[in-house]
Amino acid sequence: MQLPLPLIRLTRIPVRYGRRVAPRSIRRYAGVITLGLMLLAWQLLVMSEALPSYQLPAPAAVWAEFVDWLSTGRLWPHIWTTVVEVVSGLAFGVLFAVALGYVIAHSPLLDDVLSPMIVALQSTPVVAYAPLLVIWFPGITSKTITSALIVFFPMLMSTVVGIRNVPPTLIALMRVSQATRRQMFVKLEAPAAMPVLLSGLKTAATLSVIGAVVGELINGNAGLGHLVRLGLSQYDIPLVFVAVILLAALAISLYQLVSALERRLLHWQQFE
Amino acid sequence: MLEIRSLSVTFTQPNSEPLLALGPLSFDIPPGQFVCLVGPSGCGKSTLVNVIAGLQTPTTGCVRLEGTTMRGPSPRVGLMFQNATLMPWRTVRDNVALPLELAGAGRAQRMEAVDALLEMLGLTDFANAYPGGLSGGMAQRVALGRVLSQKPHLLLLDEPFGALDALTREQVSFDLLRAWRREQQTVLMVTHDITEATLLADRVLVMSRRPGQIIANIPVTIRRPRHPEDAFTPDFSETAREVRAAINRA
Ligand SMILES: Nc1ncnc2c1ncn2[C@@H]1O[C@H](COP(=O)(O)OP(=O)(O)O)[C@@H](O)[C@H]1O
Ligand SMILES: [Mg+2]
Repeated sequence: MQLPLPLIRLTRIPVRYGRRVAPRSIRRYAGVITLGLMLLAWQLLVMSEALPSYQLPAPAAVWAEFVDWLSTGRLWPHIWTTVVEVVSGLAFGVLFAVALGYVIAHSPLLDDVLSPMIVALQSTPVVAYAPLLVIWFPGITSKTITSALIVFFPMLMSTVVGIRNVPPTLIALMRVSQATRRQMFVKLEAPAAMPVLLSGLKTAATLSVIGAVVGELINGNAGLGHLVRLGLSQYDIPLVFVAVILLAALAISLYQLVSALERRLLHWQQFE
Repeated sequence: MLEIRSLSVTFTQPNSEPLLALGPLSFDIPPGQFVCLVGPSGCGKSTLVNVIAGLQTPTTGCVRLEGTTMRGPSPRVGLMFQNATLMPWRTVRDNVALPLELAGAGRAQRMEAVDALLEMLGLTDFANAYPGGLSGGMAQRVALGRVLSQKPHLLLLDEPFGALDALTREQVSFDLLRAWRREQQTVLMVTHDITEATLLADRVLVMSRRPGQIIANIPVTIRRPRHPEDAFTPDFSETAREVRAAINRA
């Protein structure tokens, strides 16, 4: 089986000459080995009976629960609901943040006017006012909004930083060549800000899952967050585990998707 | 013909005295002439270049190019800085093609012009490379190619080879001379290197300390085409000494 080399990697590793690097074979399977060790530790913990098995189910019990929910077809609607919330929240949050961030980066006045409000919004924990959103907006709308709100701030900051850090000499050069506003954006600002934007998007992707789950934990009758609540209320702990692991898998998949996008769009960075 | 008329620039900043950074100064450069500008650091050379490039409006006076007064940037004026400032996400070829692309030139036309430039600058083998891995000299050649592809009538160079080692600097500056001989643009090049100024220019202008004014205008009579060995001729030594004396008075 051919595994992609960095299974998960936080940032690109800079080349340092003379540094000893682990053999490729070890690095290729490092992610899988870590996962296996975690499972083993979990199993050992269960066998040590530190916690009663109705509180800490064995991996096999969780697996059985997963297969049961999957084969009866009850699981898919919940997965689907959460995916829709997360993806729509991420999309709206990123879209608004990038648009507003771009305008703010270019307008010191707007920066002065909006910054206090944005910082206030960011400083108030979303978890604290999410119940209000759930009352105001029915169904999955409130989850999409919570997710979008949580995504908004890091993405806004990335955009502002990315656009403000475009090298001034390149801006001067574009101006001398009489670039139009559109050319300035397409040929300079967007590609120059892309590394910062994509690293913001990585953060945003994982946060978006948190946003949706917060909404689901408060109220609603669908989604993986709802399954966590359901499992807890019925003391069906394996179900809680299934939901949590699926949420983690969802967040990791999104992160990987953005990483893949990064490798594609920023392939030129490997030449630096 | 480039005409600079009683040009001056004053920077006003909140909470500080207005700063007269440059001028007033006037000078002309006839079409096709290669002029080097030397002067003490901070005397306003870059400010002058920015004004001529249309990136900054002068406080007094004006810049006329080929009879028309400059108001803002113009594709007739090309600009090059000390650091190459290439776009790392574009290949060498696409970096050189940028001005043509911005001007809306077609793909075929772009490729033809760019390939010729890459050939002239010895960059053909690097055409599809990204700038990240290039040496300083190579990167500056790409920047030179980029400004030349625009086919400017006036070439403004602000200490273009200042960051290069002596040998590379000589090679790239003679690349520049070759390109200039072909196209006969008007060139105004800022440098802090007396040898470089004397070796390349038809005329060396010397600026005083801030606020910079022209305090000497020294013609260079060494015949063209020039060679690096010209630096060992008596003619050269005499002119270079004259330039140095003028700088010492600055
Ligand atoms: N944007 C600016 N605002 C205020 N002062 C400036 C600005 N740009 C340059 N100066 C000042 O103007 C003077 C001339 O600068 P510059 O043209 O860069 O000099 P040079 O290129 O000859 O070294 C310097 O004293 C510098 O501090
Ligand atoms: Mg300067």
